[in-house]
Amino acid sequence: MLFTSWSFALLVAALVPVYYLVPKRLQKSVLLFANAVFYAFAGWGAFLLLLFTALSAYGFARGIGRLWDGQKETLTLHKTDWEKPEKKAYRERMEHKRRTLLVLCLVLHFGILFGMKYGAGILGIVNGWFGTAWDGSKLLLTMGASFYTFSIMGYVIDVERGKYPAERNPLNVLLFGSFFPILVQGPISRFDTLGETLFAPHAFSRENLEAGLFRIAWGYWKKLIVADRLLVAVKQLIRYPETYNGAFVLLGMLLYAATLYADFTGGIDITIGVGRLLGIRIDENFDRPYFSKNIAEYWRRWHMTLGAWFKEYLYYPVSVSKPLRRLTKAARRLGDGFARRLPVYLATFAVWAVTGMWHGNSWNFLVWGLCNGAILLLSEECSPLYARFHRRFPKLGKTWGYRAFTVIRTVLLLSSLRLFDCYATVPETLRAFGSMFTVWNLPLLWRGGIQSLGLHFADYAVSFCGVAAMFTVSMVQRKGRLLPRLHRWPLWKKLLLFGALVLTIAVFGRYGFGYDAGQFIYNRF
Amino acid sequence: MKHSVRTIGIWALAAVLFCMSFGFVQRLVVPKYQSKSIEGSLTEEYYRETLGHDVLFVGDCEVFSNISPAELYRACGIASFIRGSAQQLVWQSYYLLEDALKTEHPSVVVFNVLALKYGSPQSEAYNRMTLDGMRWGSAKIGAIAASMTEGEDPVSYALPLLRFHARWSELEAEDFRCLFQKQSVSHNGYLLRADVRPVTRTPTPAPLTDPHLPETSMEWLSKMASLCKANGIELVLLKSPSIEPYWYDEWDADVQAFAKEHGLWYVNTLTQNDAIGIDYTTDTCDMGQHLNVYGAEKLSRWFGEELKARVQLPDRREDEAYQRVWQEKLERYDTEKAAAIAAQEGL
Repeated sequence: MLFTSWSFALLVAALVPVYYLVPKRLQKSVLLFANAVFYAFAGWGAFLLLLFTALSAYGFARGIGRLWDGQKETLTLHKTDWEKPEKKAYRERMEHKRRTLLVLCLVLHFGILFGMKYGAGILGIVNGWFGTAWDGSKLLLTMGASFYTFSIMGYVIDVERGKYPAERNPLNVLLFGSFFPILVQGPISRFDTLGETLFAPHAFSRENLEAGLFRIAWGYWKKLIVADRLLVAVKQLIRYPETYNGAFVLLGMLLYAATLYADFTGGIDITIGVGRLLGIRIDENFDRPYFSKNIAEYWRRWHMTLGAWFKEYLYYPVSVSKPLRRLTKAARRLGDGFARRLPVYLATFAVWAVTGMWHGNSWNFLVWGLCNGAILLLSEECSPLYARFHRRFPKLGKTWGYRAFTVIRTVLLLSSLRLFDCYATVPETLRAFGSMFTVWNLPLLWRGGIQSLGLHFADYAVSFCGVAAMFTVSMVQRKGRLLPRLHRWPLWKKLLLFGALVLTIAVFGRYGFGYDAGQFIYNRF
Repeated sequence: MKHSVRTIGIWALAAVLFCMSFGFVQRLVVPKYQSKSIEGSLTEEYYRETLGHDVLFVGDCEVFSNISPAELYRACGIASFIRGSAQQLVWQSYYLLEDALKTEHPSVVVFNVLALKYGSPQSEAYNRMTLDGMRWGSAKIGAIAASMTEGEDPVSYALPLLRFHARWSELEAEDFRCLFQKQSVSHNGYLLRADVRPVTRTPTPAPLTDPHLPETSMEWLSKMASLCKANGIELVLLKSPSIEPYWYDEWDADVQAFAKEHGLWYVNTLTQNDAIGIDYTTDTCDMGQHLNVYGAEKLSRWFGEELKARVQLPDRREDEAYQRVWQEKLERYDTEKAAAIAAQEGL
């Protein structure tokens, strides 16, 4: 079921009143039913896989939880009669058991995800090598699998770490894994934070209703007016890389930056808005990322939940893992600086390689990830240089012009890297990137080039207004969140704004017969 | 209490304002079909009629191009209307007839059989031109459900803004001029054309993959026959004169068999060319696909006489109420015909 379909609107419109009208103890059941309806549209196979993932993760977490409980009981029982070494040995045994269960769980579920993402490609290679004819076309990534697998595995890891006890109610784990607004494109949620609000009973509140509706309308506004309109031009630019090179690549880069932002943040706004209608607080996934002054800051503000997941469940564990500690120790022979950097470098590249692989099953994404990692490390290495520069020119950093420069520099850098996301192969991407510096065809843009991208002047005008509106909203958000302020507005003002949002979507949105206002870009990840 | 009354008032005012704005924008962006694709206006023009009709024609372009109700009235005294539009499918004709029968009771319904060749929905654009002008009711809902092609959305029929919103960047002066009032483009459903493009070649028909008309079409025809029977209306099947699209003997045999089975009169005018007097060097406006006004008047006179010979129909020329209304219609018809002929001669 797509967010842009009438069936989705109908589901939400029916769910909200039913959710508040049923007794509070039944609210979770209503949500579970809505999740099943939503996911059933993706096919029964996908639904059963989600069910299996949630319930098997529940089983693993319960197993790990029991080991924790057993450990606590045993240690309490032998508090006095066991010596420290005995206790330590016991703890290590139990930890080994828990780790074994966790590894089994991770291998199983990430294995399934890997199979869905890469199975078809691997089978293609195997068929090429051995002349076999295995059909990999059925190994397709099911809707939201990347998102719910990460969320659910995060839960199992947390239980293994003893962050919180294993959930006793399997339906709660199922509800957490299948909560339909976050299935399409995240955010990747944490069991403790989302669970707290997801499993709690909720009473109807006008504030939630208002905030939810505004958030949803703003999400659709960005998606249908800006993202889907600019995507037409972006697709055209990518489809003919030989024709559209030089200045067109730069234009494509900027258009894609706006498209991706409007599409992804629009989808997340709808997600958070639907949650809010039900009184459920879903984690924010963006914090005005295009205002970042460097790439590290950008990644702390873009797709925040994915970044946080990788940091907590991959970067830190890899950094402090035994093999890496051993390697660091060995590297000391080559100098302290090298040894200090080695775990950081390796963990960073590991995280970014996986991030790239998470995004797609082509070399482009792997290279994209590694480039991000390399730039982050380079930026870190250069930080003493920056510090010295700012000490030399202490006032420069505070000027509006310098800040604007850093923001634009970051956007351009990120947009260049995103070319890997656009073009089909790494060489094609590099050729396109290189053409920006070797092909001088800027005047062609004005001589019919822009009009050849499938958009009319009016479309560009609407897109420009859309981007200006998004920029304005982001500027306003610098002073704090917008919705609480909006809530304090008089009713007539709120209704006027909401009506204007809906009406402008109805007129300027790209949807309906003849349009493909369906998929969100991040849905395919 | 005072506060809640104020809140309700604001909500009500906002709802009214929103509906009005939405309605206004919707009116603005929906195509007006006044100078381009004017066939799109035909369905809704029926609702401007003040008097009933003795004969209703239903079908596709072969009725709205080939039959002139004005000539039918002038020559034979028959009050008729054409409920036809471009590529009007048989189930759409059925529902348009069902819709018409809610407000009037004709003696004869004439269905042009060419549309029987389509057994499934064909084109979203033609669907919209036929269905958007229909008044809301069970007939329209049925017609929409039966007609939608893949990717069409029933909600957009209720709220056409959702379908035509992209026209905001193509709006023309006509869209503003005809915002609240549209001119009639037809003469009781007939689109008058005076241009002549003679037939220059005889088409070679492509071999049929299936010699029979689609079952779905025949089922809908059956329903139409039942509807007419239930209302005491005589259903007449008509194949209008044309060179193209080709009317196959196999299809003709199917229609003949159907007519025989249901006791209907089937008129294949392709076999009556000499009697009607159609001359494809002067009477067609597009090389034999449709008749121009000269051909349409010939066919209307001939068909009117044939109809009167078989079915007892009142002569509405003697009815004062009809006289008044039809006098106006004839005047407009003659003026526009003269203008169209003059425009052609001036070319």
